[in-house]
This record gives sequence, structure tokens and C-alpha cells, in this order.
Amino acid sequence: MPEADTHTDWVENSASGSTNRGLLGTLWESRELVGFLALKDLKIRYKQAALGFLWVAAQPLATVAVFTLVFDRLGQVDSGDLPYPVFALAGLVSWTYVSYVVTQGSQVLVENASLVTKVYFPRIAAPASTLLPPLADMAVAAGLLLVLAIAYGVPPTWHLVLVPAWLLLLASIALGMCLWLSAINVRYRDVKHALGPLVQLWLFASPVAYSGQGLDGVAGWAYALNPMVGTIELGRWVLVGAPLDGRDVAMAAIIAVVLLVTGSRYFLRAERSFADVV
Amino acid sequence: MDRIQVEHVSKRYVLGERSNTAGELVTSALRRLTTRRARSPQRELWSLRDVTFRVSEGESLGIVGRNGAGKSTILKILTRITSPTDGVARTRGRVAALLEVGTGFHPELTGRENVYLNGAILGMTRRDIARRFDSIVEFAGTERFLDTPVKRYSSGMYLRLAFAVAAHLEPDILVVDEILAVGDAEFQRKCLGRMEEAGREGRTIVYVSHDLDSLRSVCSRAMWLEAGRVRDEGATAEVVREYLRSGLSSADSGTSLLQAGPLTVTSVEAGPAHAPGTSVVMQEDVTRVTVCFTLQERIPGLDLAINLTSSKGVRVLDQALSDSEHRQLEAGDYAMSLEIPPVLNVDTYAVGVWFGTSHVDLIDEPAVTSFTLHGSDRGRPGRVLVTDFPLSVERV
Ligand SMILES: Nc1ncnc2c1ncn2[C@@H]1O[C@H](COP(=O)(O)OP(=O)(O)OP(=O)(O)O)[C@@H](O)[C@H]1O
Ligand SMILES: [Mg+2]
Repeated sequence: MPEADTHTDWVENSASGSTNRGLLGTLWESRELVGFLALKDLKIRYKQAALGFLWVAAQPLATVAVFTLVFDRLGQVDSGDLPYPVFALAGLVSWTYVSYVVTQGSQVLVENASLVTKVYFPRIAAPASTLLPPLADMAVAAGLLLVLAIAYGVPPTWHLVLVPAWLLLLASIALGMCLWLSAINVRYRDVKHALGPLVQLWLFASPVAYSGQGLDGVAGWAYALNPMVGTIELGRWVLVGAPLDGRDVAMAAIIAVVLLVTGSRYFLRAERSFADVV
Repeated sequence: MDRIQVEHVSKRYVLGERSNTAGELVTSALRRLTTRRARSPQRELWSLRDVTFRVSEGESLGIVGRNGAGKSTILKILTRITSPTDGVARTRGRVAALLEVGTGFHPELTGRENVYLNGAILGMTRRDIARRFDSIVEFAGTERFLDTPVKRYSSGMYLRLAFAVAAHLEPDILVVDEILAVGDAEFQRKCLGRMEEAGREGRTIVYVSHDLDSLRSVCSRAMWLEAGRVRDEGATAEVVREYLRSGLSSADSGTSLLQAGPLTVTSVEAGPAHAPGTSVVMQEDVTRVTVCFTLQERIPGLDLAINLTSSKGVRVLDQALSDSEHRQLEAGDYAMSLEIPPVLNVDTYAVGVWFGTSHVDLIDEPAVTSFTLHGSDRGRPGRVLVTDFPLSVERV
């Protein structure tokens, strides 16, 4: 929210636009609101569920078990030097985070329609707040990964210091997509219906259950256009020391920046009509 | 020194053409291509047209107008919830808006959690909220339930807590839409008291209400909006008098058709009994409410009633046919009318109709139309009845 300086400055609202501070400025300004909205999500998510926290751990465990059965035992997928369950869980951590944020975040404005039409608040706080709650799930999954890594004797590496870089990449891709999708969803509710199948396809196009490396030439470049390729690889490299292709990570970073810049532009322009059409 | 400057503000809403799915978008684009017309004008609605006004520091402005006049729209523009299609609105200082009580409250969260969340949504920092927390809770009077999810609150408690948060915003500009229509009389008095206090503290207030009494007590100046334009502006008493005299605010005399099975209500009208066809009712007049309906076939045990609700939400009367006679209505056209002697105080009353049997409600519509009793409340605004009962004092 605008702070002390607004006591003397005029704040303008006109057709051509009101005073906007850009993505980072607005995010910083509304950091407390983002925090409260995220806290609310976290609190209500498992409020009525008797087993609450257990579900958070059950989901990645179940997925890894299925992946191991299907891809490792039946499909003989090559996971390099890593034991397959460790390999799969290290990929799943990135994937679960991004797919969760994108699915939830794209709905956030519509779900909070009564807020949008009745209160002024920096709209970007709503999609931004969806970045935080799944970090809790991620922490649990990381704990499981640690247990698995110890059990299979996978040693930690110095790469772990780069966890923040990996998180930044994850959050940028997730937020960039959320900005686009949540703003479009205000006008066209198709997003909700289209997203389910698209996320499924996206999962198959991402190296979660298998390794993405080994594609050469144009095919490799084209594959790396999916920003999840570089992101998941970076996650595996950071967490369990899997090999890394620098090109994939660079591509992911570039696409993340493009998504963020275009997404926030679009969002900040579209937000002026959110209250009218939502 | 001005706190609010609104200059030539217009707001256009596009109706109908809201394509909500890509499919609709494609068909409407095709239609537009084939009919060679961009946007048909009747699909637009100008909610505001060239509205200009200023409010200076410490001043309180009231806004009156009929439903759909654009009152809420102007508040949404002042608070930047929506932007004008044309013109510019400027505000200076912290703006707090109460367009609805309890926006952003989440039923699963406790009272305490909701206070923090709601405060943050309304623009308070965590420090602000923590500092005012005790005072908020005291104002709401819900100390004992702080750690109970608000879904277990009574609606009154919910309302109190929600208003309490908003009342502690301490803004430079306070914008209030008709939120007080809900809640009991005591709560309303408390809220109004809080607003008057805010005014005395030098805050700027913009207040929209159909409750003209509260408007008079809070606002020194008033603006009358009609169909998106400023029709009149000036001292509250003057504007309110003009607004009432226009008669437009009274007796919407609408023929809202209600239907349930073989039963059709064709009109509901309210007006003075001595001058049928007119709609201005003075407090001293007998008011006649007439409900016309058609019964296509006999409904066994059909009963019907007319009820009145005051602007504060009090059910003032509820008179059923079965109160006076037991009669089985056969198929046919009917006009039922109720004459109300001049006992009610000046106020706007919603006229409701009810049709049903002892088992089932067929039609239960609490506000089909409304009428306003004009005149003076003779200095006692709170009372429902204007009575002349014998009151005597004797030395004993
Ligand atoms: N989001 C919207 N989309 C389309 N039309 C709208 C929208 N919001 C408001 N309108 C229209 O704008 C007009 C003015 O609405 P507004 O809510 O400002 O009226 P009001 O004066 O507050 O009425 P009331 O006394 O009933 O609250 C109405 O005709 C309404 O239908
Ligand atoms: Mg309104």
C-alpha cells in the first residue's frame, strides 16, 4: 500500500492509467499482504483434513513409487549414476512446485472476485501469494529426498549452495505464467478447462520421470524451449549432483525473464478492468 | 485544501458482450464481421456521465440517488478499484473504503486471523493492526470468540468484527457505501457515531446512503446523482429536500412480475389512498398498497400476505388474508389492497408480498416495490410509530 508520502501527493485515477511502480516495486510494497494471503491459503488448506500434514508427504511418495515401477522396472529408463527413486524425486520437486503454482495461481483472481470488486489492493499480490504455500510441500518433499539419498548412499555435493538460484528460477517461471494466466482467466474462463489437459501434456514434455539429456542439434534446442527442462535439470544438479547441460539452464533463464517481463506488462495493463469484468 | 478532485469523470460499462469463453468470442467476432457493425450502442451503459466535484479536507459529502444512479461506481473510481473511461479523479492522502462489510473475511479462519488478514487487505501494516488490535476487539465486543472460526459467529458478531477493523483504519479519506443497511439498530448507531467522530477528527468523508436521516447527521454537503449525472449539489438539507420532492425516490410502482405455478402477480403499487395514481405519500396520509394477481387454477389452502420492512430492516407489519377471514380463492383475477393508517414514521418502506399455504411458500418476495413517507419525524427520528396514545402524569 502507498505509504506516508501519499499524505501530500495526489494519487490519480484516469483512463490513461494511474501511477504504477512496475512489478518489483509493487511486489515490495505489498509484501505484507502477499504474506497474509499466503498464510491464509496455508491455514485453510488442511483445516478440515484429519490427517492434514500426512497428505503432503503421501503425494510425492506415491508418485515416486509409481514412477519407479513404470519407468524404472518396466521401462528401463536411464537415470545415469543415480538410483532411479532419487532421480525421480529430485525432478518431481521442481515439477510439483511449478505445476501447483500455475494451476492454483491462474484461478486466484476469479476465486477472489469479491475482493477484486470491493477493495483496492495491488492486484499482483494475489498471484504472487500463490508462490509461497507450496514451498511448505516442497520442504517436506526435500526432507523425503534427503532420506532417500541417505538410504541409497548418494553423497551431498557443494552444488547445494546454489539452491537459491534454482528457487529463483522456479519462482520466476511460475510467477510469469501465473501473471499471464490469471489475467486472461478474468476474461476467458477457458483457462480453467484448458489447463488440466495442458499440464498433463507438459508433464510428459518435461524430464521428470526420464532424463532430458542426450537430444542433439535442433531437437535439443527445441526441447529446451520448455523452460521446465533446464529448471528440472538444475534442480537435480543442485540437489543430488546429476550432470547438467548449461544450454538448457540458460534457455530456461531467458524464457523465465521473458515470461516475467511480458506477463507483468500484460497484467498491469489488464488489471485496470479486472473489477469490471471479473 | 482539497482532498478529492473529480473532473469530468465518465464511466462506460459494456453489457452483454462479455464473452466469457473463447467460443463466444469467436461467434461474436463472426457476427460482427458479417453484420459490419462494431459495437451496437445499446450494449453500452454509461454509469457516470461528466461528473465533477471536489471535497476539501475535513468535509463530508453525502451522495443520494436512485438504484443504478452510479453512486457505487463513483466510489469505486475514488478508491481506484476501477478506472474511469474518461476524465480524472484525484485523491490526496490515505483512502479507506467500506463498500461492503467483511470483504475478505474467510469463514474458516478465526476472529484473530481474520482481523489481521482483513486489515492487510484494507491496507494496514502488521504494526498498525497489532497496535490497534485491542481497540478493534473492544469495539466489536467479541473478545471471547477471538480464537473461534468466524463461520461459527452469529451474523451480528461477524458484522461487528468486520466493521471494527474498517473503523480503525484512521484514513485521511473515508469512503462508505450503504453498508449500514444490514445490522441491528444499535450497531448502526455505533457505526454512525464512529463516522461522525471521524468527521470531527478532520477526516474527509464520502458517504452513500438511502437512509437520508443518517446522511443528514453525518454530511454537511450532498450531491444528487441521477442516471450518472450530477443533478444537484449543495447543503445536505436542501439537496435531500429537492430529491424527495422530485418524487422519484418514492413508489417505484414497478410491475415486477412474480410467478409461481398457476399464480402470477401482475402489479404491486403503493401510494396515497386519497389520490390513486400518484405516488407521493405524506406521513399524515393513509397509504394504500395494492397487489394485483391472477390465479389460473384453484390452489387449496392458498393464503396471501403483504408486509412492510423499514429502511433499517425492521419488519414493521405483516398482514395475511387469514388474519381476517378464511376464504378459498377460486381461479380468476384479483386485486388485494391494504390500507395503512398514518401511524408510521417518515422512512422508506419496502413492500413485500407472500403467497403460500401452511406447508409451502409459493412466493416470498420481501421487496417488490417501496414507498417513502415524507414529512417531518417531529424531532424523534428513531421511533417506528408516530403515536398519540394517552400519556398522563399524576402525583401519587
Ligand atoms: N461491472 C459492471 N458491468 C456492467 N454494468 C455495471 C457494472 N457495475 C455497475 N454497472 C451498472 O452501472 C450502473 C450504476 O451502478 P451503481 O452500482 O453505481 O449504482 P448505485 O447508484 O450504486 O445503485 P444502488 O443504489 O442500487 O447501489 C447500473 O446500471 C449497473 O447495472
Ligand atoms: Mg450501490
